[in-house]
Amino acid sequence: MTTQHPTDPSPGAAPSVAGAVRAAGARTAPGRPALSGIRPGFGAFVREHGGHGRLVVQPRMGFADAGAMRDGLAATRAARARTVGTVTLDSHTRVGWLEAAASALRDGVPLNGYPIVTHPAAVTGRMLSGIRDEHFPVQVRHGSARPLRIFRTLAELGLDASEGGPVSYCLPYGRTPLADAVAEWAAACELYAGLREFGLEPHLESFGGCMLGQLCPPSQLVAISVLEALFFARHGVRSVSVSYAQQTSAAQDREAVAALRLLCSELLPTDDWHVVVYAYMGVYPRTPHGARALLGQAADLAVRTGAERLIVKTTAESLRIPTIEENVEALEYAAGAVAGAPPPPVPFAASVAATDTYREAAALVDAVLDLHPDLSRALLLAFRKGYLDIPYCLHPDNRGSTRSYIDADGWLRWEDTGALPIGHLVEPSRSRAVTCAGLLADLTHVSTRADEAALAASRELPSG
Amino acid sequence: MTDALDNDPGTRPAPTGGDDRRRPTVVVTTVASDSHTWNLVFLQLLLEELGCHVVNLGPCVPDELLLERCREARPAAVVVSTVNGHGHQDGLRVVRRLRADDLLAATPVVIGGKLGVDGDSTSHAAELMAAGFDAVFEDGAETLTAFRRFVGALEGTSQGALEPHHTEHTIGVPV
Ligand code: B12
Repeated sequence: MTTQHPTDPSPGAAPSVAGAVRAAGARTAPGRPALSGIRPGFGAFVREHGGHGRLVVQPRMGFADAGAMRDGLAATRAARARTVGTVTLDSHTRVGWLEAAASALRDGVPLNGYPIVTHPAAVTGRMLSGIRDEHFPVQVRHGSARPLRIFRTLAELGLDASEGGPVSYCLPYGRTPLADAVAEWAAACELYAGLREFGLEPHLESFGGCMLGQLCPPSQLVAISVLEALFFARHGVRSVSVSYAQQTSAAQDREAVAALRLLCSELLPTDDWHVVVYAYMGVYPRTPHGARALLGQAADLAVRTGAERLIVKTTAESLRIPTIEENVEALEYAAGAVAGAPPPPVPFAASVAATDTYREAAALVDAVLDLHPDLSRALLLAFRKGYLDIPYCLHPDNRGSTRSYIDADGWLRWEDTGALPIGHLVEPSRSRAVTCAGLLADLTHVSTRADEAALAASRELPSG
Repeated sequence: MTDALDNDPGTRPAPTGGDDRRRPTVVVTTVASDSHTWNLVFLQLLLEELGCHVVNLGPCVPDELLLERCREARPAAVVVSTVNGHGHQDGLRVVRRLRADDLLAATPVVIGGKLGVDGDSTSHAAELMAAGFDAVFEDGAETLTAFRRFVGALEGTSQGALEPHHTEHTIGVPV
């Protein structure tokens, strides 16, 4: 049917969770009826320690070698900040090409993440043992449009927190048809929800707040995040988080996170949800000063909007995979930047609901939900009709009739809304021809501003 | 055997009003494990502005698909762009396969981007050149200047000054 690298061909097969959860240091005592004692997991931890001006901080970290991965987690745990750990998977595993991951491990070729399906379960079990516990939950981050194989491995290892989504891990991540991603994500959620039978509360975070990392106007990021969290919930996952990646304007970003919170409180069928802010996901500043300043602004955004968790970026972001030390530095920098921040005032729902971002996001969510009672069908229809449409996305299931621009105040706006059901809410703008130089200028708007501010600041220092 | 992106390459209208027959066709692609696309969009626009006709294969291109598309398009050059850090591994395999193909053995093939996971501390250029690439453009100050020179030398581009070509870009992969 497709030419993709083969992923697991039997989505419906039952996971061999039972034995594996126990083998990996099961949390349910043998013989105890599992359902009676569900351990609080990732979601509960973040809600306990984050929010109201406090932040749980998290790296984007992944190394091929189990020893390095363990060192990275240990250093994250020991950082002077309230942290949770991350195991980011490598790109071969993401696309399901396990042979390439295996040959890289065999030949000692460095990978851009931890090949969790390829390392034997015992290796991963040892890697985590004594580090991951109720004081230090660990989340697995991947980027797979066909995630069943990965989720089966996570279930077997008793790893109860992950992320992604049928849209956000499909359109920006390759060429898998959206219909295949939606079907496999539905099955993966159901498999993951089954962990409750073993006393775990599985947690899923939507990556919808990122969508290509840059140049997608905030209202659509908010809408996709909410829709994916609903998708998780409808497929049995009760502990969820929604994401929002810092964009081009701090004021607009605050408006967006407020809109995200309001929509979640209106629509999600669970109380166990929280917001995670991502430090800028597009082209990152090159100077260490610029990189830190941007991270500081992301932390500020998170605490001012009551977000519970922040995923950091390091000073190496623009260049290469960061080292453990660079990750720790970023975690401590972000936590330090907002330590002692007062709890933010809770915004009035009515004033949030009057903002452009909320109105556009709500219109997108409502229009999609109205397309079909089955959310999987609704999402597919939405992309077919152009009710959701990501600017500059090359995926064939994306219409490609929307465009964005950065206005004089630095707000990321719609230049062309294509068939999005928000035409009545958006002022039409003059559309410009796309040029190579113009695209680069938009892509580097944030990094250039941060780098120039850093250089200007260093010039003001007394020379010597 | 179909792939979502793998329909008839000829059905999407050519991206320019100009006479395409005189413009060299360049295939822009990435490697199987790499999902980054802003680099591909950027290169497509750059190459079109330099007077090329571009076939953009999009993200995560399996080796077989790349070979198939190149055999069809018989491009003046193949430009591989990859930034996820697996470029040295995936790139070696891809170029060996292109070189082993009778139709493509002599086609200029170049690669660029972030080819490893440790920034500029390890250069992969020598190994990649030995495996069959005609040029390797690792990130650096002069990279794009050198690349423009390479493109300018392809037959049919507006050589010399490489004035920006007036182009209506249609961003996307051939559908
Ligand atoms: C946006 C982004 C994403 C988006 C991509 C969305 C999309 N569909 O494109 C998302 C969030 C999805 C993403 C995912 C991942 N990413 Co990413 N991403 C970035 C980021 C932040 C910006 C890239 C960008 O948009 N650049 C704009 C374009 C126009 O420029 P460019 O790609 O940098 O290319 C320039 C040059 O390299 C050169 N060039 C590129 N190719 C070629 C080819 C030729 C011939 C020539 C001459 C020049 C050339 O020209 C361009 C202009 O100067 C970079 C870091 C950064 N730069 O700040 C990381 C980065 C590229 N990502 C990285 C990684 C590892 C990943 C992941 C594997 C996740 C992970 N483990 O962290 C996944 C990819 C999964 C996969 N299967 O590949 C790493 C790569 C590390 C390395 N090489 O050492 C980076 C550097 C971040 C980091 N420091 O860890 N990413």
